[in-house]
Amino acid sequence: MSRTITLIVTRQDSPEGRPYKETFKIPYRSNMNVISALMEIRKNPVNAEGKKVAPVVWEMSCLEEVCGACSMVINGKARQACTALIDKLGDTITLEPMSTFPVIRDLMVDRQRMFESLKKVKAWIPIDGTYDLGPGPRMPEAEREWAYELAKCMTCGVCLEVCPNVGPHSKYMGPQAVNQVRLFNTHPTGKMNAHERLEALMGDDGLEGCGNSQNCVQACPKGIPLTTSIAALNGDLTRYSMKRWMMS
Amino acid sequence: MTKTFVNRRLHSLLGVVPIGLFLIEHLVANATAAGGPEKFNETVALINKLPFVLFLEIVFIWLPILFHAIYGVYIAFQAKNTLPRYGYFRNWMFYLQRVTGLIAFVYIAWHVWETRVQAAFGQPVDFNMMANILSSPLMVVFYVIGVLSTVFHFSNGLWSFAVSWGIAIGPRAQRHMTYVSLVVFILLSIVGLMAIFSFVTV
Repeated sequence: MSRTITLIVTRQDSPEGRPYKETFKIPYRSNMNVISALMEIRKNPVNAEGKKVAPVVWEMSCLEEVCGACSMVINGKARQACTALIDKLGDTITLEPMSTFPVIRDLMVDRQRMFESLKKVKAWIPIDGTYDLGPGPRMPEAEREWAYELAKCMTCGVCLEVCPNVGPHSKYMGPQAVNQVRLFNTHPTGKMNAHERLEALMGDDGLEGCGNSQNCVQACPKGIPLTTSIAALNGDLTRYSMKRWMMS
Repeated sequence: MTKTFVNRRLHSLLGVVPIGLFLIEHLVANATAAGGPEKFNETVALINKLPFVLFLEIVFIWLPILFHAIYGVYIAFQAKNTLPRYGYFRNWMFYLQRVTGLIAFVYIAWHVWETRVQAAFGQPVDFNMMANILSSPLMVVFYVIGVLSTVFHFSNGLWSFAVSWGIAIGPRAQRHMTYVSLVVFILLSIVGLMAIFSFVTV
């Protein structure tokens, strides 16, 4: 008898549907990851009871942990399916959708809220004008070096999934967008609009929603110093709000 | 600048000043009971001699604690549970901060009812009042849990204050702040337990 891998998948047939668990047994191959295991189900969508079912739906794109699309909860931890190697996960693996986000179907979730947050905090650098504005100020290399780490965010949603304060009872936008404020407020041209982003962080869904559980920095697959970004912006907000009050 | 921002910052600030300062004063003052009933009664008399003592109580103790407590409960119930799935040290501290806050809420409400409210009804505040309360072993257990929860909530709150105001930013500074909060917890726990057991006469 050849080796098989058991996948226990939390499924949901529609956004309004009720979640249920379904077990699949797939043949083991060396060097499999969760994506290739899911592809086995797609090839032969028969569950452990031998019943033919609809193949499991999930999202994927880059397959090298830079796009963030295949994030899901694997053996209880939120991470990317592409870098989750079967050899390191054991023979029984649970797959769940990231339930902090609306589930579209099975393991596919709607990550739109993170892109809405990026719009809210204005996570971009305005350079368009009616005439050529010329080159912007230079960025010191020492600053570029650490700011680059912040730019590694792939909007995968893991930090929101693990955050106890991002959820149905809280409006907090989560660490992902907060970190982008620090990135764009560090950029020499972006700095010119720093106040607009700080204003956004003082909103009802802003940085005060953070409860310092620091799960985000533990879970971030890109190793972004999210809690340093949060604390640094807390300091910026302290100074900015005081200054704003004194000038009001 | 929204109400949420102002309320959250106010909540964080009040926890340290004046509530945290009052907690230290209160525990230290009560620990004078270790020197015997006379020493404790002297301390009580000294505090009662302060001018505007009722005004000081209202502005620096009652109102800040009332706001911190009610808004704190509101904050605590905004969280979703991420334990034991993500059982990191800071996540446990996050959870305990909320649990100890709720325990402190119940404990302080009961403690104020038994002491300050009874005092307003005319009962004299002295060593005997506390010795009476703590003559029941059940009450001793309740007081130990209540005081330790309150001290934990304050010590760990000092850590999150340093982070929430952007004082301890990097991981190293935040780790140092963890050590500071641990030392504060140990020292204040000793003072608090000393105060409780000074009133326990076997």
